Amino acid sequence: MTEVKDLGVLMQGNEACAAGALAAGAKFFAGYPITPSTEVAEILAAELPKVGGKFIQMEDEIAGMAAVIGASLAGLKSITATSGPGFSLKQENLGFAIMTEVPCVVLNVQRGGPSTGVPTAPAQGDVMQARWGTHGDHPIITLAPASVKETFEATVKAFNLSEKFRIPVILLMDEVIGHMRERVQLPRAEEIEVVERKKPDVGPESYYAYKDDETGVPPMANFGDGYRYHVTGLVHDETGFPSNNPERIKKFLDRLHNKLADNADEIIMVDETEMEDAEIVIFAYGSVGRSAKKAVKELRKKGIKAGLFRPITIWPFPVERLKQRLGGVKALVVPEMNMGQLVGEVERVAAGKVPVIPLNRYDGELITPAEIVAKVQEVL
Amino acid sequence: MFSQIEEYYRLEKLPHIWCPGCGHGIILGAMTRAIKELGYDQNKTVVVSGIGCSSRASGYLDFNTLHTTHGRALAFSTGIKMARPELKVFVVMGDGDCTAIGGNHFIHAARRNIDLTAIVFNNNIYGMTGGQYSPMTPQAKKATTAPYGTIERSFDLSQLAIASGATFVGRGTAYHAKLLTQLIAKGARNKGFSVVEAISQCPTSYGRKNKPGDPAEMIKLQKQQAVKVSAAARLTEEQMQGKFTIGVLHDTPAPEYTETYEQVIRRAQAKA
Repeated sequence: MTEVKDLGVLMQGNEACAAGALAAGAKFFAGYPITPSTEVAEILAAELPKVGGKFIQMEDEIAGMAAVIGASLAGLKSITATSGPGFSLKQENLGFAIMTEVPCVVLNVQRGGPSTGVPTAPAQGDVMQARWGTHGDHPIITLAPASVKETFEATVKAFNLSEKFRIPVILLMDEVIGHMRERVQLPRAEEIEVVERKKPDVGPESYYAYKDDETGVPPMANFGDGYRYHVTGLVHDETGFPSNNPERIKKFLDRLHNKLADNADEIIMVDETEMEDAEIVIFAYGSVGRSAKKAVKELRKKGIKAGLFRPITIWPFPVERLKQRLGGVKALVVPEMNMGQLVGEVERVAAGKVPVIPLNRYDGELITPAEIVAKVQEVL
Repeated sequence: MFSQIEEYYRLEKLPHIWCPGCGHGIILGAMTRAIKELGYDQNKTVVVSGIGCSSRASGYLDFNTLHTTHGRALAFSTGIKMARPELKVFVVMGDGDCTAIGGNHFIHAARRNIDLTAIVFNNNIYGMTGGQYSPMTPQAKKATTAPYGTIERSFDLSQLAIASGATFVGRGTAYHAKLLTQLIAKGARNKGFSVVEAISQCPTSYGRKNKPGDPAEMIKLQKQQAVKVSAAARLTEEQMQGKFTIGVLHDTPAPEYTETYEQVIRRAQAKA
């Protein structure tokens, strides 16, 4: 028998996200159409019912986010997809999901902003909104994939982190990643790690919905499973009921943040290229990370010791990982498709010890490898 | 009396926060009596609420309870019901919560005819924030944000629900508590989107600025102004001036959303 070579499939980033959601066990999508994320809704409208899942197009973005939280509370892994203007509307209930610790995945395929901006052009303008868009001090996880294959992997990871840590995970893509087609070989189902939320191991009579079990992440019962409990967006104690008690408020908020801080190593993913002896470090993420990789190659050819530090997890920001890489580094170049957002975090880590040079483009065009090469040469 | 429905309350969370003279406790009592009559399993029953005075009800009840964001209770409920259609879902909202910030979700839940039972505690005012006018404050009545009387016309919630596609619509008052229990039970039995408008009184926020403001007088007014649907049919438009109908206002079955979605699943799987 001749062996048939698996050439993989030609796939768009948005398609890979939908495929990743299905592979991770997603059974519910609620959302509202918006360019450039709509393909995800369209694909899941067709595919979810095939696996017994549910799809609903809601009346608005706010309702899409709300329905996703409701379905997750009732036990289904849930996802919504949007772009900038819709992401703004989702912030209200995104905060609710953080506060009530309901797992879900929110995809934002970024386009040019502010406001309705440039619907069909890429941007990285929602980086700070992903971090601070909803009000109040809150933790968040945000992943920024740089290729179609990585979009698949990041989507699975987003579900896994969300279920494990009971927190919404934002998939921050951009129009380039969303609409670009690449040949990918997706892993087989048995090769994919799928994480399920931790269920209570006690009976309903001794279950406290928000009681820490020493891991920082309370076990979660689904509505309808016999554990009757209260869920509220008000600050609550371990019983789940509202509290104004200063000690309890602090205890609750500390746990909410510490569950990520204590597990940073598991959450933070960074892709490094030629970093061992790098004197010039390019810090880039998302589609710009691709241009940066090419730029590093070009620079090395020219004999310049350049390296790429590409965070896949941008929130929580990889503070420690970046800090460890600063020895011997002469400059950090930060290309972003915005007027300078994540560069502020890089500067905080560099703390004035290493010069940080931004490279910004906000005209709806992807930053090219040549532009990055030119910037590095200018710095040297 | 209370002993019959005590099992549905988280007794340690009582007394409730509602002001003396408020009608909400009566409506909550009617709701739990209806659930008693329906014999629903507490583990399979969900109470979802929005934000405001009425929405504190979820915390007092021993079911799966969800206290959501302002106006969004129906959107959250839609997700729950789709995920697990076997759950019985009651949605508690206030008039401002349901018809102002939540107005869009309300009309679309009705349009879909998703099997939720919405109970709108209508006290014609934003109570929790101290008495601002809502879309259901009658025209010319005063509120802290309408010191000269509101110039806005108020919604007729029942007409709105019917026009949007709700398959069961009823209206009762805190005075007509027994009727309210019947309406909520009927609404829950309806396989589709049911709306029960429960007229309540807010002596604190509404009554301080309008007449009558005394709780007993306000509840008497509910008695005087309410006309049963059957009796209203015999009255002229003139005779109905200043009055409103109570009872079953609309009861027209139609295919229910989650049941229809099950057919979508079957079709998709047959194709796959």
